[in-house]
Amino acid sequence: MDHVTTSQLEPRDAAQGIQSIAADWSADQEVFRHTHWGKAMMWIFLLSDTFIFSCFLTAYMTMRASASLPWPNTAEVFALSIGGQPIPLILIAIMTFVLISSSGTMALAVNYGYRGDRRKTAALMFATALFGATFVGMQAFEWTKLIVEEGVRPWANPMGAPQFGASFFMITGFHGLHVTCGVIMLLIVATLVLRGHYDRTGDYSAVEIAGLYWHFVDLVWVFIFAFFYLW
Amino acid sequence: MDHDTATGQEAQTAPAHAEGQQHPLGLYLKVWGYLFVLSTLSYLVDYFHVQGIVRWTLIIVFMLLKAGLIVSIFMHMAWERLSLIYAILVPPLVLLVLVRIMLFESDYTFWTRAIFFGGGG
Repeated sequence: MDHVTTSQLEPRDAAQGIQSIAADWSADQEVFRHTHWGKAMMWIFLLSDTFIFSCFLTAYMTMRASASLPWPNTAEVFALSIGGQPIPLILIAIMTFVLISSSGTMALAVNYGYRGDRRKTAALMFATALFGATFVGMQAFEWTKLIVEEGVRPWANPMGAPQFGASFFMITGFHGLHVTCGVIMLLIVATLVLRGHYDRTGDYSAVEIAGLYWHFVDLVWVFIFAFFYLW
Repeated sequence: MDHDTATGQEAQTAPAHAEGQQHPLGLYLKVWGYLFVLSTLSYLVDYFHVQGIVRWTLIIVFMLLKAGLIVSIFMHMAWERLSLIYAILVPPLVLLVLVRIMLFESDYTFWTRAIFFGGGG
């Protein structure tokens, strides 16, 4: 009898223990009580991501400052010939404008979301995802050009400092991965919007949270553009 | 207690809907325009071969302006509560310490290479 009660109690105790942990953590909203929890969590995730990208950019700074071979001129490396005339850095400039445009449509999507305009929100989010996919496509083009035509590798670079290859593939690769994940997330949330999921729950915060992530990807690109491509 | 949680819940959801992030579309379009202009300007810095300290200053100024616009308006940081703003924006400042340390480190590495490896490596 005794044995039976303890064996019955044990799993319940464990469940209660987990519940108490969950209760304690979810009660930890004194600071962010006035903010939607998902938004606070997304901000904290983005903060950690900020540190990751900052570590990459700091590593890039360290490698570039300590390289004894000449650093390639990015304006020439990322030039495109349009009409038979090479325009410096034009590929990166176009990518920048594409990403900024995607941020613009995303901001409008969040706005229409809070107005409860299901169709416009979904349409703007799909437009954002399309811009994002365009960006990744242009990045694939850029990588192919660098790998196949210029012969740049993560460990070698015929144009000069081998550290250029390492930092280029690491930084733009990690950013491109973020954009790709963002496009997938946008497609999922936009589909939910279109189906009226957030009309039923009456809460369009998911659109704003997805937007936070997307704007962050754009934000990181601002820093990469300045430090890696323009410097 | 129950009453407290109820009002807490209300306070938590209320800003997200009523006051929360209902801004005129024009504001976003204006920021969008500014971002385009700033990007063009930073591209022109490269296009016109501005060099040296002027180049670096301009690049950083345009970068910070763009970052500020994105974070404050697009990410709605301007309308968030101060506790959240400080929790997110203050920690990255310690990265400046890392940058400073690594600058010393890279200087040391560079001169080690220059002196002992004859500029190679």
